Amino acid sequence: MEIPYTVSERPDTGLNNVKIGIWLFLASEIMLFGALFASYILLRVGATKWPDGSSILSVPMAFTNTMVLISSSVTMVMAWASLMEKKLGRYRLFMGLTIVLGLAFLVIKFFEYRAKFHHGLHPSTSTFMALYFTLTGLHAAHVAGGIGINAYLWGPGLKLWERAPQQFTNRVETAGLFWHFVDLVWIFLFPVLYLL
Amino acid sequence: MSTESHTVDIQKHVRWYLRVFAALMILTVVTVAVSYLELTTRLAVAVALFIATIKGSLVACYFMHLISERKFIYTVLIVTVIFFVAMLLGPVMTQINSAGA
Repeated sequence: MEIPYTVSERPDTGLNNVKIGIWLFLASEIMLFGALFASYILLRVGATKWPDGSSILSVPMAFTNTMVLISSSVTMVMAWASLMEKKLGRYRLFMGLTIVLGLAFLVIKFFEYRAKFHHGLHPSTSTFMALYFTLTGLHAAHVAGGIGINAYLWGPGLKLWERAPQQFTNRVETAGLFWHFVDLVWIFLFPVLYLL
Repeated sequence: MSTESHTVDIQKHVRWYLRVFAALMILTVVTVAVSYLELTTRLAVAVALFIATIKGSLVACYFMHLISERKFIYTVLIVTVIFFVAMLLGPVMTQINSAGA
């Protein structure tokens, strides 16, 4: 059975259903990360002393990752813009770059984690390390999920373009909203964990 | 809207994306540079979060197109922000209570 899908905007909200769906999901994501940020504040203000993040964590690695993720956000929005201009080749290029940059983020994160474990730093080592691994781990899981969605839209999911280009463009826009949100969370995680 | 004017419109968007990209890169460098200054913890937190808020707003407004979004989405976000702020205030209230005790 085919699930009906309408690409047009609903008269009551002025939005198509997929956009309402993704924004409601992102609202729940704000609450998820918000609860962890609130925990961070609670634990930090209650602590008698707090380590300087830059003395434990690698600022150059995190700085590089910030640049990588910001670049991936631009390539993602350029992929969507390419579809709006009906330039499929450019879409594949920009979406491909977004996937590669997302993978680069995870590879750098892997080396960062490996260095921490190598130095005997684990989530159980201290409250700071527990927060670091929880927040960055959850964020990395989101990056991995985003890469999966983007890879599908770059590969097998692209078949929809032939049949329903508007629906496919909406899907890419939705995936983009998720990807930009993941970028936005990192923009706050970077100073909070590494620099303060 | 004709296809031609539609394309011009998207190209205008693309120019904005590139400007925002440059601004985000510069602000990231500024964030790291400021962290090397000998600021008090309170001031360092304020500056870092201020820059992060500007960067986050740029991403949300331009890449996520919030600047030209429909009212319904703003309603969803306003409600979310109210709960989000309430959640962040929880730890602060705890601190005030324990300080007063």
